[in-house]
Amino acid sequence: MSLEFTASEMMSVTAARALNNGMTCFVGIGVPSEAANLARLTHAPDVTLIYESGTLQTKPDVLPLSIGDGELCESALTTVSVPEMFRYWLQGGHVSVGFLGTAQIDRFANLNTTLIGDYQAPKVRLPGGGGAPEIATHAKEVFVTVKHSNRTFVKDVDFVTSVGFGRDGKARDNVPNIGKGPTIVITDLCILKPDPETKELVVTSLHPSVTRQDVVDATGWDIRFADNTETTPEPTAKELEILRDLKARTHAHHAK
Amino acid sequence: MAEFLSLQEAVSRHISDGNTVCMEGFTHLIPFAAGHEVIRQGKRDLTLIRMTPDLIYDQMIGAGCAKKLIFSWGGNPGVGSLHRLRDAVEKGWPNKLEILEHSHAAMACAYEAGAAGLPLAIMRGYIGSDLPKVNDQIKFIECPFTGERLAAVPTIRPDVAVIHAQRADRQGNVLVEGIIGIQKEVVLAAKRSIVTVEEIVDDLGVGVNACVIPSWAITAIVEAPKGASPSYALGYYDRDNAFYKEWDTIARDRDTFSAWLNDNIFEQGAA
Repeated sequence: MSLEFTASEMMSVTAARALNNGMTCFVGIGVPSEAANLARLTHAPDVTLIYESGTLQTKPDVLPLSIGDGELCESALTTVSVPEMFRYWLQGGHVSVGFLGTAQIDRFANLNTTLIGDYQAPKVRLPGGGGAPEIATHAKEVFVTVKHSNRTFVKDVDFVTSVGFGRDGKARDNVPNIGKGPTIVITDLCILKPDPETKELVVTSLHPSVTRQDVVDATGWDIRFADNTETTPEPTAKELEILRDLKARTHAHHAK
Repeated sequence: MAEFLSLQEAVSRHISDGNTVCMEGFTHLIPFAAGHEVIRQGKRDLTLIRMTPDLIYDQMIGAGCAKKLIFSWGGNPGVGSLHRLRDAVEKGWPNKLEILEHSHAAMACAYEAGAAGLPLAIMRGYIGSDLPKVNDQIKFIECPFTGERLAAVPTIRPDVAVIHAQRADRQGNVLVEGIIGIQKEVVLAAKRSIVTVEEIVDDLGVGVNACVIPSWAITAIVEAPKGASPSYALGYYDRDNAFYKEWDTIARDRDTFSAWLNDNIFEQGAA
């Protein structure tokens, strides 16, 4: 008998499964933080989580609302200054995975968190880059998780805040000291990976009961599917239980 | 040596119209009480610098204190937009706001370079990003030793730094604990500094490697209990996450915001 679960839960569980014990993960707020902590509470208890507020190897009991909640500091191995965080730990090459969310992503996995529209006269002003522009290039690889819609998945982002593979797919070619870039994008519909040659995002796995047409309808470019597109495994009862507990604890904590 | 002042005196003496002001604290220890006093004293044309403008600058921008904002992430953490910042950028209310935006890494480096007395900060950054196209303060230089292309940004050397910390001793030495952000760097980078603290104690009672800023590196110290609320002070009180959520409703509408400002800032005296 199959379990009841939402598309958001499917996304979080699938994103969590991308992490493993050997990784040192620089965590963005939102779904990446939910997924990273779910991984830590399930199959990857020894994954090292780092937040840009300077908290190294943190194990929060509830998900932080902000990147610098007290919970992150109190449960961390140690807390360093923000310049040290970015210079020694990130730029210094100690981060294996940067885990990011975004407002827009394009076919070459470039991320836009700056604005919608024209820079001088924005239609919607978004928060901006934060740590992401350098996380995207210094982490050995980047995982992206974001809900799938054709407002989010656009052919070309309005603004490249954090580079995936550039406007032509070649932005990382011959650049010294740069990470591999996005290696996986996890949405509430599917998993996408960059084509090894062109770097264009291709669907490699569809979540249970999601059709190709669902993905086509929610993507702003002519999306391609891998020859051997798989079906993403469903969440287990254990994963769902731990995720729901974590979210309930978090909700109760922030309502105080 | 740092001078002990009231909040009202410290702000009126050390912050003037047109100054460049950094009120820092990375999510933790945000000097809200001082920001509210700046609003009450009606300071104008400030160039405000902060990595994350947060609610403190949303309030100051909405109150008309700022002409320019330099920042790296302008959202309400975990909640959404800073509506007063957006209204100023998108609609020019209550006045036009010039913005200059960086990444966190660049601002952290710029503060550190400011503390180090350098004219610029060098980093490996902004690769492939459009930010250098819209911020003429981001340049690229070639490493003279390896030839690698590196990003350079000007140092941050503000007129005034304002931070909050847990405590000062009676000589004015200050302890910062927890998420220390760029508190030390911004004080050392600034011409003048105001440090608000939760309490003044006889002995800081700290280990040998604690983050302590010596009295002689600080201009003014102000005792301001709960001076970082609704952000938090580790060991004193938690972040008021419920207020951060509530702010979304307050700040979304100009009238609601103006009423909040009147009731909570103008009608309240300085601490």
